[in-house]
This record gives sequence, C-alpha cells and structure tokens, in this order.
Amino acid sequence: MIEILKPDTADQVLDAVKWALSEAIPLDVRGSGSKSGFGRPVQVGRVLDLSNLSGISDYDPGELVLTAGPATSMFEIEKVLAGANQELAFEPMDLGSLYGLGEGTGTLGGVIAANLSGPRRIKAGAARDHFLGFQGVSGRGEVFKSGGKVMKNVTGFDLSKLMAGSFGTLAVMTQVSVKVLPRPEKTRTVLLMGADDIHAVAALCDALGSSHEVAGAAHLPASVAARSGVGYVSGAGAAVTAVRVEGPGPSVEHRCNSLRDLFAPFGAVEELHSMNSAAFWREVRDAAAFTGDWQDYQVWRVSVPPTAGPTVGQHLRARLGGEVYYDWGGGLIWFALDARADAGAADIRRVIRDCGGHATLVRASADVRQAVAVFQPQPGPLADLSKRVKEAFDPEGILNPGRMTAGV
Amino acid sequence: MQMPEPDQGVIDRRAEIIAAMRAIVPGEGVIADDAMLKAFECDGLMAYRQLPLIVVLPETTAQVSDILKYCHANGVKIVPRGAGTGLSGGALPLADAITLGLSKFNRVLDIDYANRCAVVQPGVTNLGVTKAVEGDGFYYAPDPSSQIACSIGGNIAENSGGVHCLKYGLTTNNVLGVEMVLMDGTVLRLGGKHLDPGGYDLLGVLTGSEGLLGVITEVTVRILKKPETARAVLLGFNSSEEGGDCVAAIINAGIIPGGIEMMDKPAIHATEEFVHAGYPMDVEALLIVELDGPKVEVDYLIDRVGEIAKGQGAIYSRISETEEERAAFWSGRKNAFPAVGRLSPDYLCMDGTIPRKKLGLVLQRMAEMSGKYGLRVANVFHAGDGNLHPLIMFDANQPGELDRAEEFGADILKLCVEVGGVLSGEHGIGVEKRDLMGEMFTEDDLKQQQRVKCAFDPDHHLNPGKVFPTLHRCAELGRMHISRGQVPFPDIPRF
Repeated sequence: MIEILKPDTADQVLDAVKWALSEAIPLDVRGSGSKSGFGRPVQVGRVLDLSNLSGISDYDPGELVLTAGPATSMFEIEKVLAGANQELAFEPMDLGSLYGLGEGTGTLGGVIAANLSGPRRIKAGAARDHFLGFQGVSGRGEVFKSGGKVMKNVTGFDLSKLMAGSFGTLAVMTQVSVKVLPRPEKTRTVLLMGADDIHAVAALCDALGSSHEVAGAAHLPASVAARSGVGYVSGAGAAVTAVRVEGPGPSVEHRCNSLRDLFAPFGAVEELHSMNSAAFWREVRDAAAFTGDWQDYQVWRVSVPPTAGPTVGQHLRARLGGEVYYDWGGGLIWFALDARADAGAADIRRVIRDCGGHATLVRASADVRQAVAVFQPQPGPLADLSKRVKEAFDPEGILNPGRMTAGV
Repeated sequence: MQMPEPDQGVIDRRAEIIAAMRAIVPGEGVIADDAMLKAFECDGLMAYRQLPLIVVLPETTAQVSDILKYCHANGVKIVPRGAGTGLSGGALPLADAITLGLSKFNRVLDIDYANRCAVVQPGVTNLGVTKAVEGDGFYYAPDPSSQIACSIGGNIAENSGGVHCLKYGLTTNNVLGVEMVLMDGTVLRLGGKHLDPGGYDLLGVLTGSEGLLGVITEVTVRILKKPETARAVLLGFNSSEEGGDCVAAIINAGIIPGGIEMMDKPAIHATEEFVHAGYPMDVEALLIVELDGPKVEVDYLIDRVGEIAKGQGAIYSRISETEEERAAFWSGRKNAFPAVGRLSPDYLCMDGTIPRKKLGLVLQRMAEMSGKYGLRVANVFHAGDGNLHPLIMFDANQPGELDRAEEFGADILKLCVEVGGVLSGEHGIGVEKRDLMGEMFTEDDLKQQQRVKCAFDPDHHLNPGKVFPTLHRCAELGRMHISRGQVPFPDIPRF
C-alpha cells in the first residue's frame, strides 16, 4: 500500500518535500486526484495529498482577484464567484465525467497545473492567462513565490506561466491567485445545421473574424451531435455548428442577428437560449460526447491552426476510424478512437506534423499512457531546454517524475 | 547604479570582435565609430548612459545565431535592443558587451485573417502591426503609449501593456508564438498559430524576461476585428478615492470597459494647458471610461456607467458624441508625459501596481512624500488594473534633485509592495528598479528566477546586470547536496 502524506499547512508541505529529498523518495503530488488519469503514470513511493490545503483566503469582487489553497474544489470556487456574479472567464473544463468520476471533482490547483481551458479560450485566453501568482515549494525544498495579486505585473520572471500546465513537476503550489471577471449578463448560441466540416469551420472563421466577440465556436458532426443531451442539437439529425455571444441584453440580441445573417448562406439557422445554451457549451467543454458508454474509447485533444482543423479531422477518421468534434473555431479537435495499444499516436502525430500543432492523449489506460508519449514530443533542443528548466526547480526529480515525459 | 565590472580582456579584444562581427554581418550592420555609438548609449531611461563596446544590427536569424554562437564561445556579452523606448534601462549598454539591435527585422511576414494572427519580425513597431491589418478592419490590442515607436519584440521583452489591458489582456495574453535564439546560437520555435502548445510554457516565461533569456527573431500575435464603435465618458470627482470607488462600482456591475484611466488634479491641469482637451479644472480626479463594441451595446453601457458614476458622487460627466470628441478626451491622457515635461525640466515616470482599493491611501502617502522631498508629483493611473504612473518633477541641474527624485520614486514603489502590489506594471525592472527587487522577493524567490535564467543562459552572457540585484553564478545556484540525514527536518507527523 502506498503511503500518503497529508499536510495541513504550507510549512508541512515544505517538511514533506525536504523529507522526500533526504530519503530520495519521489512524490505523487495530488489535489483531489481527479486528474490522475491525465499524463503518464507516476512511479513513486509516496502520495503528497494536498486536500487539506483548501479554502478561499482572499476574495474582493471589486479587485477581480481570488486567492485560495490549491485543493479548493472548483465547485466551491464557482459557487462563491457566482454569488458575486463573477466567474473564471477561461471556463475550466471539468474532466471528471471523462474519467468516470462524476462532475465537480476537480480543484483550482489541478485546473492550473493542467492549464485546463474551455470553449471561451478563443476570446478570454487560457487558464495560464488568468493565473496571477502563487506560493509554493520547489523540488529543492525551498519556499518561493512568483507573480502577485494584481492584474498588471512585470516584476521579475513570470514563473506562474511555467507552473500552468506543468502537472506538478516543478513545484508544489500552496496558494494560488487568479483573475476573475464578471459573468456575462446574457448568453445566446446561434446554430447552423447540416454543414460539413469544411464549410462549418469556414463559417466559424467568418464569425470569429467579425467584430461580434464570439465567445465559443464549435462544430459537431452529425454522429456526435446526436449524442447531445440538448434536444435541439440531438434532434437535428444533422451536423451542428455553434457560436456563442455574451454580454448585455441589447448587444447579444444585435450580435445574434448579425451572426444569423452571416450563417444563412451556409444552411439552416437556429438559436439556443439560456439553459440549453449553457448545457450545450458544458458538453463541448467537458467532451461529454465521449463519456458514458464511450468510456472505453481513447481520447485525444489535438490543437492545430483553426483552418487546418477539418483536414486533420478527416485524415484522423480516415486512418483510425473513431469520432471527432471541433472547438476553438476548428483549432481544437477532440478525437475518440477504439482502444489500441499505441493509441494511434504515430499516425496522429504524422497527420499534424505539417500544419503545426500538438496532440495530447487525454484518456487511455495506464499501460498505454506508460508506453505512448502522452504529450507532444518536442524537437531535441526544445526538449533539452525543458529538461534544464525542470532541473532548475527539481534537480533530484522528486516531484511527479515522469508525469509529462519519460525520464524527466 | 552599480553595473557588473567590465571585462577588460574583452574590451582589449575589441578589434578582433569587430572583425568577427563584420564577417557575419556585412556592410553597415556593425557600428564601431564612437560618434555613431552615442546614439545607442541609453534607452528611454536617459538618466543612465554607457557607450556599448560595439553595436551589431543583423538582418537574418542565421546572423543572430552566428553572432550569439561567437559570443558564447568567446565570452562576449550581449545586450539585446528593440526600438530603445524602454523606460527601465533594460537596453542600457555595457562597456564590454555588444548591443544587438533588432531594428532591421522590420518586415510583416504573414497576415492570416482566417486564423486571426499575424507573423511579424520583432523590429516592427507595435502600431505597425495594427497598420498592416487595419485596412481590413483588424488591430493588435495591446497599446503601450509609445506604440508609434516601440517594437513588438521589445513589447514581448517587457510585457508592455497599455490602456486596453483589462479587457484585452497584456502582451503575454496576445502572443501566440516566437522564433528565438538561445545564447549558444540554438534556434527554437515556441508556439505558433495553434493555441496552448504542450510542455512547459517557455513562451510565457520568455515574455517579460527583459532580454535575459533569448533573442526573439520572429513573432506570431493574435489580431482582432476592430469593435464596431467606441465612446468615452469623462467623469469628475471631488477626490481620487471617490474615483477609485467608482471604478470598483462599474466593475461590480459587471462592466469591463475597453479602457478606464484616471488622472489627478496636477495631471489634469498639466494636460489641459498643453492640449486643451476640454477637461474640467475644478475636480480632484478625472476618469476616462471607454466602452467599445456594437453601437447598441456601447450606448446602453455608457448610460449605465453614467448612472453608476452619479451614484458614486461624480460632480462632472460628459459623454463623447463624435469620434473627434472621443479622440480629444484621450488626447490629454495620451499626452500626459510631454505635458508634465513642459512643467518641469525633468521628471521621473514611476510604474507600480496596487490593489485598486488602496488607491486613496497610496495617493495620500504620496502627497506626504511630495512634501518631505520638496518635489511635485502628478499621477496618471490605469485605473482598471491598478497600474500607477506617478510623474515626479525635478530639475537635474539643481544639485541633489535627481537623487531626491530617485529616493522619492523608490519610496513610492516600496509603498506599492507594502499595500500588496508590485514594483512594475508594464515598464519592467531593468536597472532602474533592480535594487528594489528585495522589497518584493526573498532571496529564495530571486534564486529560483535566476535558476530559470541559468537554464537558458548558464554563463550570464545575455543582458547581465539587469533585473537581479545580485548575480549568482549558476554553479552556485544549482548546488544541492542532500542525502539521508543531512537535511534537518522535524519528525514528519503522520499527516
């Protein structure tokens, strides 16, 4: 049985890391463990469970900054923010259902460590763009901080950016500060029915290139749309292309009408309002189409320039079968395929090689994630630099070793 | 300002270095003549000057790579330089270093409207990016006040902001990718036209690293379609505190303006006398709030902002009715620096960020310091994001005034940190605030930043003497001897 260290304070985190260093026992750093299926399996002797480092320590809506312990549940964060009519504008994904754990299991630290951003990414930026600062313990057993609790900051190197998406391999965060923003007053979604992937992405590019501040741009081929829990979408019997507009009522109305006009040449147009709109974008965000009875499928998240999306999607399906749908105006392809030992990695990476982009294996068994590069392999000089950065924080490799890359 | 001791050995080899540089960059790209070097002796922070060893102006990435390779092998330092508009001395030359100017990297390489990005060389000006795409109705959102002159490469080095930051983000939120050269000559690509490249976010740490991590040779930025319309409202208050409360009230109402700026009375008077923007002269604080978007949205929100302001005690309110009027509202704010320049032979522009709710306290303490140092101060303030720009007026010809102004500035920045803010919002640390880093960071905080520097540039050849108050050797920073029993730790409780 793996032993669990469960510190209550930042000082105890420091003690735990120092102890791990002195004993040369690596740590599996966890918040709630909801994303332990994401990344390579960590070969460790101990779990460092941060779940007691939770709770919001500072939040003043007028300042647009929230500070909390890393293990604060997203459920709590979202509830408190909603109380002040605010939210995390990068719309973090909830991967719980994808991993069969149910919704609301994630933590703020986990969202940052995995740099999880939802459909609003194209307008509002990623998790890393809303991550203002942190305190933590490096793999050297030193307490340090970076960034701050203000929105504009060029004081020293922005180490926060390095922490976002580092999957706990550089330091153990003990406190994080994020930028929050007001929730939009009103939201609506314009749907285009029956467009093929190429025309759909062209329509999305037009919408995103307009002045209508599109805050979500997704395309679901007919087979994926059919799996939606939103009646208008599953009942369409056709592919569904969607754009979201948000803001004050009169503005949303105006922009919605303009987008309907823009979509009209591509096919039939519909609209989703409040509840349906929210449910639809949650599904897009959380890859809901690939949950439930698709639990055995392997799932990839492929990021490419938006206009390359449909071609890449076509090639993926032609080579490997499976299903795709597109977020980020075509730039984010969610791809589910029948489980196989190599997860189709070589084929997938060959397909995206020429257009520039990267593919991440989000769901597969531990054996497969052990054998296949989960994250996009980097060219030699870049991999070398990344390795030196890892060593700058964690020279002994005691924090989540191998979680991102074998041997690092 | 104490800079690293120049390496006399390198200075003695100057002729040899010039010859090597001329072999890499033919023609006029190597500047060694003292009179011409004078043009490079400082950046926008003119209080500090130093002639560079030589200046090299390459035109290709291959040349940059060869220059850095040579310098790496021969122990020669490099100071990268964009347009030289930086305000913290980030491009201050060193006597034993080559100043590497990127001004010839001035081409727009690719405009990709479908993917909403532009690929440009780093020497293109900030406004040049917008100019390249505005014919088609697009623009590049971050807009530092120096945007007409500052280069996009320099913007990345300093993570420069501008008035659009609250709504549209800083430079770091608008850069998708770069091609960069490491100190050993290695050429790397970070990011591209896709989002969120996997692996460590090296682009994120490069942005704002003030030329200490690598030399940028190509940039991919997001471009946005211009909002349909924009209108601004001027709001006057009896105190800066009320103005600050009004900003919070607007944000609490769920409104994020495209720009929200504040000026105090000295700044209002200085600018009004200079550009005649039509500002009210009898208010203590003036807010400029700009809403952008579809006309129907702007009209709706500007009325709401007006109502909120009334509720917050605004004693003056005027909404722009035409584009000319909107431009006039901004003309004062955008000319605040030269306007203050007319009032005083010299001024220091400070740049700290504070939590907005501390504004009243900070302004009051600043007024006390103004009395203590006997120097006037005017304030312009990016009110949406808490970024202060106190302008300290002095006369460099009066003995001791520069020193007093610098002490005053340092006190302001220490105060920013004391109230929970930071030393720089958009100008960077450079040499100007280098020695104040200890106010905000512990020795361990700074060491960890320097270890990242070591991962990129282990010999400290890139822009040494900037940002960090103490230069540690990388070997010393990397040292860690830990084995069983050597690290003191308390009995680990069974948590």
